[in-house]
Amino acid sequence: MPSALAETLAVLLLLATLGCAIVRPRGLPEAVVAVPAAALLLVLGVLPLSQAGTELRSLAPTVGFLAAVLVLASLCDRYGLFEAAGSWMAAGSRGRPVSLLAFVFAAASVVTAVLSLDATVVLLTPVVFATVARLHLRAKPHVYACTHLANSASLLFPVSNLTNLLAFGASGLSFARFGATMALPWLAAIGVEWLVLRRFFASDLVGHGEAKAVKPLPVPVFAATVVGLTLIGFFVTSAFNVSPAYAALGGALVLAAPAVAQKRMSTLELARAIDVPFLAFVLALGLVVEAISVHGLGSVVTHLVPGGAGLGSLLLIALVAAVLANAINNLPAALLLLPAVSGAGAGPVLAVLIGVNTGPNLTYVGSLATLLWRRVLIRRGEELPIGEFLRLGAITVPPVLLATTVALWISLRLVG
Amino acid sequence: MTAMHVVVWVVEGTWQGCVDAAMRNFPADSQFTLLYVTPSDVTEAADAAALSLFGRGFPARKPDRRYEDIADDEASGLLAAAAHRLGRPDAEQLSRRGRVEQEVVRAVAGSVDVLVVARDGDRSRLGPKSLGHATRFIVDHAPCAVMLVWPDETPGIDSIPPPKHGPKPPHPPVRRW
Repeated sequence: MPSALAETLAVLLLLATLGCAIVRPRGLPEAVVAVPAAALLLVLGVLPLSQAGTELRSLAPTVGFLAAVLVLASLCDRYGLFEAAGSWMAAGSRGRPVSLLAFVFAAASVVTAVLSLDATVVLLTPVVFATVARLHLRAKPHVYACTHLANSASLLFPVSNLTNLLAFGASGLSFARFGATMALPWLAAIGVEWLVLRRFFASDLVGHGEAKAVKPLPVPVFAATVVGLTLIGFFVTSAFNVSPAYAALGGALVLAAPAVAQKRMSTLELARAIDVPFLAFVLALGLVVEAISVHGLGSVVTHLVPGGAGLGSLLLIALVAAVLANAINNLPAALLLLPAVSGAGAGPVLAVLIGVNTGPNLTYVGSLATLLWRRVLIRRGEELPIGEFLRLGAITVPPVLLATTVALWISLRLVG
Repeated sequence: MTAMHVVVWVVEGTWQGCVDAAMRNFPADSQFTLLYVTPSDVTEAADAAALSLFGRGFPARKPDRRYEDIADDEASGLLAAAAHRLGRPDAEQLSRRGRVEQEVVRAVAGSVDVLVVARDGDRSRLGPKSLGHATRFIVDHAPCAVMLVWPDETPGIDSIPPPKHGPKPPHPPVRRW
């Protein structure tokens, strides 16, 4: 097949894959289009089998790691870790909205860093919403803080974001090195978000909540300890050149066994928490993007992003990544950009992460396509009041991008 | 004073001040309506964030935490608390959902005499922008009288900023012609 035709076909299949993932016709899993699309590219020879094998081998540990973290987060929820966190935030804030926002910032940043952004969006945000409601405070600043930090506070560890896991494999950094280099950018992102949100929502952070309405729940010591040990395990395994995925797997198993025995979670629910269709989607998406890369677009991307680790290059890389993440969603953006910069060392790889992780706050649902589809869905009923969220994105993303990239540049000089 | 139809806009953080002002300022035989509007953008944003995860919906999740259910509980809880504070458990309770400022204006479009609203702006910086966005919109568009109350204590007279350059008349003369 001529290269141009192959490239066109691969791009069309990528668009179909992403389209299905966004629209989810009849609620079908996104793998329904992604897997056949990847298979078609293999059958037609657009993606050579050997190349597909290499790509799958490099993605498999990442996907396994992701599965273990998803299960770990689900189990933490079943042990009541998030409920307890909500009650402690309410009690600790004594009903003062600004103080509650500070607790929400701390919780969302730590949960995102340790248990991934999925845990913050799916497990922590509902708890925060319910906590704020029980205190009779306004939900907006706290809920928006969760959705923003799920993206911008996902810079710290390889486990914090699927994009980080992808980069972790490409960067050649150890878990500890990754964390040490990203600590400063992570803090910079949280700091800028705090300054902007505190100011932006000043008129909603008013009054005094009814703190007596919420009693602090006992901390689920077992689950909290296992999560803490798992985090230490990430560092230890990585130091001995063992994949930190094993630490995540260990933590998940230690929590799962008693959970199933005590009927906190059935085996079926546990199997569902692994989310096999999603894992298949990630693998298939990886193959489709690889097919695009080998047919020339890869070299275009390589030319588009600079290779150096100077401040100017890092800023440009982060900007390109942020724009791409908003155009086609952060996961395909990371898959497309990471191979292009992985030869240039840790700096450019981590700059890509800054772009694809913090950039999506601009369009609030991670990509323009998702946003447009949302509008179509909503048009049937009420208007989607996104103006305020878009405004918030427009004033947070540029300073966050700038501050985190400068922090990365400093960090690379101190740590790297 | 004759009996009136008074709508009290109940919002987290400032509703107590509005209810108290309604009790103090209007005859006991007035018709009181307590209004709460659930902001639809908050639940939207939370749902959309989950949507952007490419369907990683944590299928094992309990279904009892839908954002709209939590929001409905909040609305009815707050309205009941307001009715209790007003000493009128039978007062009409109106719960709506949507763009807050627009829904409040629509709710008072009928035969309403007064809408009681708390200032919800940033009280630390009194000035042209000290009214919150929603309150500003309501003051501008409400088709009835609007009673604007401080949620807690009123500012002292010393909140007027001192003159910048030496003594000056408090107001520049107004040109008329």
